[in-house]
Amino acid sequence: MLLPLKGITVLEFSQYLAGPYAGLRLADLGARVIKIERPGSGDACRKLTTKDLTVDGDSLLFHTINRNKESFCANLKDSEDLATVRKLIQKADVLTHNFRPGVMEKIGLDYQGVQSINPRIIYGEVSGYGDKGPWAHKPGQDLLAQAVSGIGWLSGNKNQDPVPLGLAIADMLCGTHLAQGILSALIRRKKKNIGAKVQVSLLESMIDLQFEGLTTYLNNGRQMPSRSEIANAHALLGAPYGIYQTRDHWIAISMGEPGQLSEALALPELNVSISEAFVKRDQIKKKLAEHLKTNTTAHWLERMNSHHLWASEVLNYDQLLQHPAFKALSIPLTVSRESNNGTGNPVNVTTTRCPIRINGRTLSSPRAAPTLGADTASILEELQ
Amino acid sequence: MSFPSKPLDGCLVLDFSQYLSGPSAALRLADLGARVIKIERPDGGDDCRKLYLSDCTIEGESTLFHAINRDKESFCADLKDAAQRQNIHALIRKADVIISNFRPGVMDRLELNYDSVKAINPRIVYGEITGYGKEGPWKNRPGQDLLLQALSGITWLSGSANDGPVAMGVPVADIFTGALLVQGILAALFARELSGEGAYVEISMLEAMLDFQFEPLTILLHDPSQKIERAKVNGAHTLVAGAYGFYRTSDGYIALSMGQIKDLARLLDCPALLPYTNPSIAYSERDAIKAILADHLPTQPTAYWLSKLEPEDIWCAEVLNWDQLLDHQGFIQLDMLQSLPMQKGTEIITSRCPIRIDDERLWGSKPAPKLGQNQAAIQNEINNNGAYNEREQNA
Repeated sequence: MLLPLKGITVLEFSQYLAGPYAGLRLADLGARVIKIERPGSGDACRKLTTKDLTVDGDSLLFHTINRNKESFCANLKDSEDLATVRKLIQKADVLTHNFRPGVMEKIGLDYQGVQSINPRIIYGEVSGYGDKGPWAHKPGQDLLAQAVSGIGWLSGNKNQDPVPLGLAIADMLCGTHLAQGILSALIRRKKKNIGAKVQVSLLESMIDLQFEGLTTYLNNGRQMPSRSEIANAHALLGAPYGIYQTRDHWIAISMGEPGQLSEALALPELNVSISEAFVKRDQIKKKLAEHLKTNTTAHWLERMNSHHLWASEVLNYDQLLQHPAFKALSIPLTVSRESNNGTGNPVNVTTTRCPIRINGRTLSSPRAAPTLGADTASILEELQ
Repeated sequence: MSFPSKPLDGCLVLDFSQYLSGPSAALRLADLGARVIKIERPDGGDDCRKLYLSDCTIEGESTLFHAINRDKESFCADLKDAAQRQNIHALIRKADVIISNFRPGVMDRLELNYDSVKAINPRIVYGEITGYGKEGPWKNRPGQDLLLQALSGITWLSGSANDGPVAMGVPVADIFTGALLVQGILAALFARELSGEGAYVEISMLEAMLDFQFEPLTILLHDPSQKIERAKVNGAHTLVAGAYGFYRTSDGYIALSMGQIKDLARLLDCPALLPYTNPSIAYSERDAIKAILADHLPTQPTAYWLSKLEPEDIWCAEVLNWDQLLDHQGFIQLDMLQSLPMQKGTEIITSRCPIRIDDERLWGSKPAPKLGQNQAAIQNEINNNGAYNEREQNA
């Protein structure tokens, strides 16, 4: 099959990560994604650097999120530009934005306004915390969504302050959910010929991420989970689940039948009932932590493997990127664009490819993120 | 009513998967309107039925299983038994989607791999999750969340530099993999509307975890001389400059996002920050900046600091726990919880699908099925459908 979304056009008014991450995935799956950007500056993510890294005038972060897209410049406060954007909307299948409440209404590009231009459009909207209530106007930013979601109390050990997850997880999950909603609405449109409004928020995505733990909490009389004192990896799982230091490095130990675990690790204290593994979790984990320090990771892994128990070494990026298991996946993807500096020389960025395979093939477009307004002229021409 | 139909109304999903990664994908398809039938082993079913989180059960099964498998049906079949496989083949003829998350080889041996299934129903979209892909030295390792975290490098992103590896305290590998599989399945269902052909959609948990880390990994792939290092104190994101993190106050915790140091120095009345106001050193000096704030913020309560920062539109928030969150108007207004009636008259409370469509929330309607709960009804459908097909052929 051709790429599944071939023929679909997405107008991306979204900035930063959540919305553009959805756009990236739709592009991977074959959609034509056109970023609608402010003249002069564009998506604010172009200037948002991580580790101060830029490539060809745009942050490496922007390159990471926006490969395989086009860029069209329009000043949404200018009536002529707005008229052009309305023409684009007429021909588009999907639109996404993450403006704060009120912004799209003001320029007539809220869902109702857009529907009157193109009733079959799928309109995707990202917010921080939904559109009602005391947080509706709070900045929708990843760390803040993590903060209010309660997730800080799930990672790290009991005596530690709340620990945020070290990635923009709210943005990434929310973008994933946006893409899910858009794709499902596209399917419905094929069958019923109707458009849709799809809304997601960082906070709803963070609640969904915690759905297992929250469901337990909501049905056990709201007993808050307690992180274990040592080797915490899931506040609601019993011993030994966690990561432990060994004589030479670390080891991750998942679940297993207590008798077998106890035998494999030669530690009688592990031979407890399932309910004791919860109740005496911290006590057992402490004993285990002391015990595992007496030998090497390789030693313990061999014993665990011979009992078919689930455990693994703990790798860092240096080890991972050199590992044959990483190389077997062909993850790195080099994308390319003509330089912004007037020479037209190619600029390459190496990043990660789409993780999904379809009919045995990876999806790997070589197109880099666009320079600001790179496609404005050609798109205007198409509209003629 | 403004809500014409759930987007996947009429779509039938056969879910052979267990635990969380595949079943969470099936749950999302159910939320979006699909009918999901879990195909389970007669002796015990989905292993997740017996996997307990803390000690909480509802009507005999773990809350974990209930959370993941609401709004699904259960049909038992011994896939090694040829006669029972005929039942499955009959279901496959009617189905739109199959999901599996067995280790490589298992579905081959059961003659239920993509090629076999496609021969029965060429329109099927076959979604498959593996732990580490089908090639390479890890292909037969168990695809379990903590092991994926350990091997994918992600344990070096949370916490601070001296913490050692820190696991994310939620099963991110399972959940993210399931969410990406849903994208692939939906894209293939969309393409099928045009082409009439099904597709084989694959993802491994390792590939999903690498996508999840595409920000730091792009830095290392693009420029191998770079190092990804956590801050010494109050770590929150290895790549972000300045104050970014959670801080203790005199009565709780506050999250500071990407504000300018000069603004923080002024608004928090923290002159110790003044040597660090040049934005060009916000990344290189983040340890010093964080240490100063960690020292300064415990002098006042959270509400005091918020009252200084929020009016100036500095990005910040109170750090809440679940008790505080659930009682907060900001959460209550989301209308995020649903209560589903259990067989014996009790009910289970759980969160709903995070996606809203046409201003409507996508509510569930039933709790997770007992093992084989829908056996008779589905068997009946299979039998009637067979009879129907025969009639049609004879006509």
